[in-house]
Formats: sequence, structure tokens, C-alpha cells
Amino acid sequence: MNNKIYSTLVWIAVALLGAAAVGGIALNRGESINALWFVTAALCVYAVAYRFYAAWISSKVLLIDPTRATPAERLNNGHDYMPTNRWIVFGHHFAAIAGPGPLVGPTLAAQFGYLPGTLWILIGAVLGGCVQDMVTLFFSMRRDGKSLGQMARDELGAIGGIAALVATLLIMIILIAVLGLVVVNAMKHSPWAAATVAATIPIAMLVGLYMRNIRPGRVLEGSLLGIVLLLLAVAGGGWIDHQPDLRVLFDHPGLPLAWAVIAYGFAAAILPVWLLLAPRDYLSTYMKLGTVILLALAIVWMQPHVKMPALTQFVDGSGPIFGGKLFPFVFITIACGAISGFHALIASGTTPKLLSNERDIRMIGYGGMALESFVAIMAMIAASVLDPGVFFAINSPAGVVGKEAADAVAKISAWGFPVAVDQMALLAQQMGEATLFARTGGAPSLAVGMASIFGSAFGQGMLSMWYHFAIMFEAIFILTTLDAGTRVGRFMLQDMLGNIWPKLGQTSWYPSVLLTSGMVVAAWGYFLYIGVIDPNGGINILWPLFGISNQILAAIALCVATGIMVKSGKLKYAWITGLPLAWLVTITSSAVWEKLASDDIRIGFLSAAHSMADKLAAGTLPPEKAAVAPTLIFNLQLDAALALFFAAMLWIIVLDMLRICIRHLGNKPVPPLSEAPHQPSELEEAAWQRD
Amino acid sequence: MATRLNELLRRCWKLVRELSGDDAYERYLLHHAACHAEAEPLSRAKYFRQREQAKWEGIRRCC
Repeated sequence: MNNKIYSTLVWIAVALLGAAAVGGIALNRGESINALWFVTAALCVYAVAYRFYAAWISSKVLLIDPTRATPAERLNNGHDYMPTNRWIVFGHHFAAIAGPGPLVGPTLAAQFGYLPGTLWILIGAVLGGCVQDMVTLFFSMRRDGKSLGQMARDELGAIGGIAALVATLLIMIILIAVLGLVVVNAMKHSPWAAATVAATIPIAMLVGLYMRNIRPGRVLEGSLLGIVLLLLAVAGGGWIDHQPDLRVLFDHPGLPLAWAVIAYGFAAAILPVWLLLAPRDYLSTYMKLGTVILLALAIVWMQPHVKMPALTQFVDGSGPIFGGKLFPFVFITIACGAISGFHALIASGTTPKLLSNERDIRMIGYGGMALESFVAIMAMIAASVLDPGVFFAINSPAGVVGKEAADAVAKISAWGFPVAVDQMALLAQQMGEATLFARTGGAPSLAVGMASIFGSAFGQGMLSMWYHFAIMFEAIFILTTLDAGTRVGRFMLQDMLGNIWPKLGQTSWYPSVLLTSGMVVAAWGYFLYIGVIDPNGGINILWPLFGISNQILAAIALCVATGIMVKSGKLKYAWITGLPLAWLVTITSSAVWEKLASDDIRIGFLSAAHSMADKLAAGTLPPEKAAVAPTLIFNLQLDAALALFFAAMLWIIVLDMLRICIRHLGNKPVPPLSEAPHQPSELEEAAWQRD
Repeated sequence: MATRLNELLRRCWKLVRELSGDDAYERYLLHHAACHAEAEPLSRAKYFRQREQAKWEGIRRCC
């Protein structure tokens, strides 16, 4: 009894502390605020949501049954189906869902001020993203680890299945293109960054050879070797940067770098996985986990001050990084840090086949996403500790603020965010870069933010090292996503083409590998190319498209979950997925609508195309712009068609889900639930496996 | 005290090895001995190759 009172008191204290912290960051105006408040607010919100909301969902809605055998137990085959310690599953699941999205999205969304993004990262995660991950994991586990696409087909019908498959392939293509653009913008005219990123390729190959031929299967030894080499590569890049003969070899504008990334993507897709993809993945996982932990420690230790205002005037849609009002674009931009449709693919793939007990679902599904959301909060802190003037100088494309430093500085200062040319020059020099102006994409400003936090925690003298370490860390796991995504896209394409000509569906037939890899690389390479040649930096176009496609994939996962919920007689609880679904449908539909119909040429694809066509016809464009104008016009129309297609996919699957629900409620036949039958668990509750 | 610390470190090391897949072959041998004792187990190098290939057949990384 005493214990119960004690725990109630502790939870009341946590809730009050969380409310105070959220209130503090929400109501603060005009003063800088300690970043520790963000960390406190986030941790309290996650803790309360995990303890109460997630626990309620698992016990009252999903009816988690610890005595029921999981697929890992029933189908144990020693490799993909295997009962595994929940901490190990948590590690694998988190490593798989954590990507560059939650780092880039909040950095870009900081143009609205820190508040909207921070609130959405917290609210969206605990009510939307975490729920999506948890219920998808649960439903997939109850179906022997079926994929989202299979579940959509079984539970909703063929239309839902096809929509899920096509949406997944398209989101992958947009995702890779936009991430490629982030890397290109980070390496542009930066010999240090380009040399370091280039060095990661032979390092990964060396580690691959080590783990395959020299010391087979010694993963930790190989990874340690790779990490030491990566750190040396960061230092080596700095050395190259100081050699006049060598630095020109790595000093390139965007377009050649984009071609290099495209060539690299193709090579990575057709090379055997052990040589490049697998070792790179080991390295990027350790780098990611290590850096995230280091960043958390540095924030708690240094307690940097957030200098970004809570809200900026750009909530009206005139922001320099991307055009569009707070609603719906803050939700579209944050994307993965709050709700990520991509997670549904992981939660319905590998993870459900490893769970040893159903009760681990809450920790892995809900807890994994809460941790991912915490990474997004740290990215928001890293972006907001910069002087707002510096933040906008780094992130505003030259097409918006002007090519010359003096013009850019004057324009940004006129917005009310003072910054000076020599301040930017000094910062660039400290970071070991030629310039930090117009480095749109999120990676450089995040790296500057991280470098200044790390620098103040572990020594200012190494700022340029920290900066390039941060760039390398982002680049290495962006390139891992690029490799892995191209490969998955290839499998999906082979699967689809196999229906037309079965031989194309053989994943090991080399001509088919070359053809389908080439098609996937060409598709994302095209969007990367248009992003690079775009005068406004490309992020303005590609990131909203990516956000829309990601949120639509999340909506598809929530549709599947809501449909299953209604079919299993849980209509009164269907709101736990239905409400986030309704919200996602609202934000994606209105974002697509604005992208199509807005008269503002920085928001509407079609009005931008019209405006450019008018200028071209009137002959007012300078010759170098006139040369690319027809391509840009075509691209804008293509982007509009793609956005419309995404919205059409979404509505098809939402209506299909509603149709199934209404039929079920009217006692008409619907596809039966495909849940695997109950079988009691025989696994021993051995202590070593439970904790 | 020293033994408890030792035990803690040992468990951490075990966790790290399992998380990274460093001990995958040893776990495979255990599973093999328990379930397929009649057949010859794969060599370490061969097992590692097969596992790596299988691992990258699906979606492993996201945004």
C-alpha cells in the first residue's frame, strides 16, 4: 500500500515537472532559455505517456497476452525468427528506425522558431508516432511478422495492398534524393568534408574485407578498426584542406558532387553487400549511437542557451528556407521526429520476428519511437543554440538572400536577426570552411550547432574537428540509408516486374540486378539533379515532398491499424489510431492542396512553373537561367503531379478502409482477420532473458 | 564488491557482443547443437556470409 502511495506521488511530481517545463518553454518570450528545460520537458512527457497511455493501450486496447507464444517462439529457426532478449531487440529496432530525418527536419523547422517544432515533436510522438509504431508492431507480430503491404492486402483488400506498395517505393525515391541533396550541400566547395566523406568508402570496404576474409565474423574488431580509421579520416581531411595541390581535387560545386553521389549509389547497389553496405552499416550504427549519447551528455553538462525566439515572423509563410505557413508545413517538415511512416516498415519486418514475449511491445514499439523523438529534440536544441542571424545565414539559399555576403547579411539583419560579415567569416574559419553562407540542407547548421556544444564541453580549440566530425557522422548514415534504400527499391521493383516477366523477378539474376538498380538510381538521381540545379537550393522543393510522402505512408499504416481495430470489434477504441490518422489526412491533404494551388511561387509548384514560363517568354531571365528554365518548368510540373498522386493514394486507401469498416459494422462480409491462432507460450521465464 | 563489478562488466560485454552480432556464430552453434545435431554445422566464415546476405534482403534502415 505504501509503495502505491509512493509511486503515485512520484508520478504526480513527474507530471508537474513536465507541465512546468513545457509551460516554461511555451511561455518564454524575448529571453534566451536554458536547453535543459527542453530535455526535462521531453523526458517527463515521454515518461508519463509511456507509463500511462502506452500501458493503457497495451492492456486495455491491444490486450497484450504474456502467456501467448510469439512467432519467434513458434517459428524459431535460429536466424530471422528467434526469441531475443528485449534490450537486444530494442537496440536493433532503434538502430533501424533512427536515421537522418529527425536531425534534418527539426533543423529546418527552426525557421518558425523553436516552439512549434518542439511541441509537435513531443505531442506528435506520444499520441501519433509511438502509437503507430507500437500497434503496427503488435498487429504484425500477431500475423507472424507480415509486412505492412501484406497486412494491407489481407485486411483491406487488393487496392490497399497495391497503394501501400507503390507509396513505399515512391517515398523511398524521394527520401534518397533529398538525403543525397543534404550530403551534396554539406560537401559543396568544402574539400575537408568531401575528402572525409570520400574516405569513408574505402574504409568501409576495408572493414568488409576484414570481417569476411581476414577475421570472419569478428564484428566488434572490424568495427573498432573502422571507427579508428574514420576518426583519422576526419583529421586527414583537415590535412588535405591545407595542401594547395590536394585540396583542389576535392573542391567541387554541387553538380559534379551530385553525379559522384549518383555513381556511388549505383556502385553500392550492384556490389555485394559484404563489401560496402554491411560494413558501412556497422560503422554508421556505432557512430550514430555514440554521437547521440555524446550530444545528450554535452547538452546536460553544458546546458547551452537557446537563442532562437519561440516564434519568428516566418509563421506567415515567408520563411527563407522553405515557403509555407506554420499550418500545415511545420508538421510536414518535422515528419520523422514526430510520426514516421517508414517505421511501420521496420515494425512490420524484422522486429516482430524477434520478440520473445508480447509484453515487450510497449518498450520496443512505443519506447523506441520516444527515443527517436528525443533525438529530434536534441537536433532542435542544436539548431536553436546558434544566433538566429547565423542560423538564417547558413540556411538561407542564395536565391532568396543574394549571392554576395554583404547582401545576405543586410537582408537577414533587416528581418531582425542581426549578423555581420566578419562574424560569419570568423565562424567559417573556426569551422575550417571557406564559407558558411547558403549551406541549405540542415547538415552544416546542425554541425555548427553540435560543434559549438561539443566545443564548449570538450575544448574550443578543436571546433573545426568537431564540425567535420559532425558532417562525417551525418554523411555516413545518410549514405547508408542511400545504399540500403536503393537496394530495397530494387527488390520492390524486381518483385513488381517479376509479375510481367518472371526472370526479372529473380533477385540474383545479374542483368535484372543491373537494370532495376539502374532504374531506381535514375529515379532518385533525377530528383537529386533537379534539387541541385534549383536556384533556391532544392530543399524548398524536395523536403516538403519527402515530408508529405512520409506522412502519407504513416497514414497508410494507421489505416491498416484502424481497419483491424474495427474488424476485431474494438470500435470504441479505434480513436487511438483514428485520431492521428484524421490529423495526418488533414495536414497532408492541405499541404498537397497548397503545393498545387498556392499563388505564392515559393509554395505552389504550378504557380512557380507559370511564373517562370512567363519570364522566359518575356525574355527577362539572364541567359544562364534561361538555359535551364525549360527543365525547371518541367520539374515543377512533375513535382505537382507527384504530390497529386501521393494524395490520391492516400484517399484511395482511407476510403477503402472506411468501406471495410462500414461493411463490417453493417454485418456484410469483409476479408477475415488474418491473426495467427493462439498458442500458449512454453518459454521459460528465465531471469537472464527477461532483463 | 569486486565480484559484483566483475559480474556487471561481464554482462555489459555480453550485451555489447550480442547487440553487435559479434557472438552470432557461437549462438548459432548452440542452436544447431540443440535442434539439428545430426547435421554438420557451417564454418564460421560460411555462416557469416550467409547471415549477412540474408540480413540485407529486406528493409533494414529508414529515414
